[in-house]
Amino acid sequence: MQLYLPVADIPVNILLVLAMGAAVGFVSGMFGIGGGFLMTPLLIFIGIAPAVAVASVASHIAASSFSGAISYWRRRAIDPALATVLLTGGVTGTALGVWTFTQLRALGQLDLMIALSYVMLLSAVGGLMFWEGLRAMMRTRSGAIPPRRTHYWIHALPLKMRFKRSKIYLSVIPIVVVGLVIGFIGAIMGIGGAFILVPVMIYMLRVPTSTVIGTSMILTLVTMLFATMLHAVTNHLVDAVLALILMIGGVTGAQFGARAGQKIRGEQLRLLLGFLILCVGIRFAIELVIRPEDLFTIRETGVSG
Amino acid sequence: MKRALIAACLLLAPCTAARAERLIVSVSNHRVTVTPNYSGEELVLFGSVEKDAATPADRTAYDLVVTVMGPRADMVTRRKERTFGIWINTDYRQFLQVPTYLALFANRPFDAITSPEVARRQQIGLNNVLLTQRVSGDFGDVVPNDVFRSAFIRLRTQHGLYREDGAAVTFLTPTLFRTGIPLPGEVPIGTYQVEIKLFANGALVTKTETAFEIVKVGFEQFVATSARQNGFGYGLVTATMALLTGWLASIVFRKD
Repeated sequence: MQLYLPVADIPVNILLVLAMGAAVGFVSGMFGIGGGFLMTPLLIFIGIAPAVAVASVASHIAASSFSGAISYWRRRAIDPALATVLLTGGVTGTALGVWTFTQLRALGQLDLMIALSYVMLLSAVGGLMFWEGLRAMMRTRSGAIPPRRTHYWIHALPLKMRFKRSKIYLSVIPIVVVGLVIGFIGAIMGIGGAFILVPVMIYMLRVPTSTVIGTSMILTLVTMLFATMLHAVTNHLVDAVLALILMIGGVTGAQFGARAGQKIRGEQLRLLLGFLILCVGIRFAIELVIRPEDLFTIRETGVSG
Repeated sequence: MKRALIAACLLLAPCTAARAERLIVSVSNHRVTVTPNYSGEELVLFGSVEKDAATPADRTAYDLVVTVMGPRADMVTRRKERTFGIWINTDYRQFLQVPTYLALFANRPFDAITSPEVARRQQIGLNNVLLTQRVSGDFGDVVPNDVFRSAFIRLRTQHGLYREDGAAVTFLTPTLFRTGIPLPGEVPIGTYQVEIKLFANGALVTKTETAFEIVKVGFEQFVATSARQNGFGYGLVTATMALLTGWLASIVFRKD
């Protein structure tokens, strides 16, 4: 069944896009992530321009994180104070990201930057997670207790603030910085960034697991809504029809993924996710290194008449 | 009545005096609408060669070249080169106001219809169509085998947006002809100019023009124009849609 996408300007098979949305939704529900890092590459792969893919996926992630955030809110698993501090950084980062996106597009280096950031970010994060998952699995097998450092340089920073629901006392500086970085890369790469944010919040900021996912979802939700708005206003690249199909597939798939995720143990889940992220990173790396099938590309710069 | 007749005679007089043939053409559809299930279409161009008393009696075999040009746009062609082990865009050329869709059809190979010199002047064949480039502050077309020019044509051809076919025009009778105009799924929106040139013995006899337009209608049109013209409202609606979908999902799939 063909459907013409009004902004992407190409016809796509609606069932294929729906299935892609559902598959990514399944993965995202299983691991508690937005799934943008899978969705954007898949859209590029079926022929949608990278810029349109990044801009449209932002609204898709907003939808899935909102449905997640609602259920976490009901369970009181969101720390409003922590979310607010994260957001001050996040919103600034998103604005910077969209601005950089526009500049790179004008220079003709946007596709390269998207690919390069995917390679670096995904192989680093994926590799770390994979390694960490392996070690955790070996540790549980040998029965050793993981060493736990109690104090970090982060905890010596000034401007400390008390976050009641998370029961932590922490400087706002690293939180704002984390929000800024996640917002920035999210806007450029079309990802929510939860797969980076959650580990950072757990290991570096020592946010308890009870509030970490819910709070990170709030950051994802707001930055992605903001990114959708900015991409729509500055670059006119958001395809609402494409986004709607992705959302419908995504939120449905996420429900089944969440149920499947509960049946798998934590370390195995992390190992699996690390492997998945690593694969996407390697896929992008290969594309950059091997000689492209065609050395030339065309882009329209302005229509008239 | 009389005045109209005189006016008509005055209008026709220079034509009939200068040219012995007249071309009458029509496109099967002057307004192609892009709907949600649009995935490409083929138009048909029909026409006939009208002879009159001034036509030389020995002129029987005609050749026909049909040029279809889509709306014009500026484009950039970039070339990747290997730098530090990875392939990145380095060199580029700007193509100014080139047709987004371009099709050249004839009843036999272009080089058999006319001489290379006439072909160049009349822009017959993809190699002879004028594609203006900006070359270091200067404007002009380059030689046909320029790497950027040929890459540009090759890529547009791969997408079905540029094409030439020396066998697409069929003469049903010696004076009645038809040709198909294939439009791919990713066809640019806008007005398309169709130019029909009639050749006899390698010389241009007469030419005529027609046009058709490709428009998005209804929902497609609405979405595309609001995305471009009212980015803020469009973004707001998309964001609301995202929230609504997320909210609905949390209700539908509520476990308790």
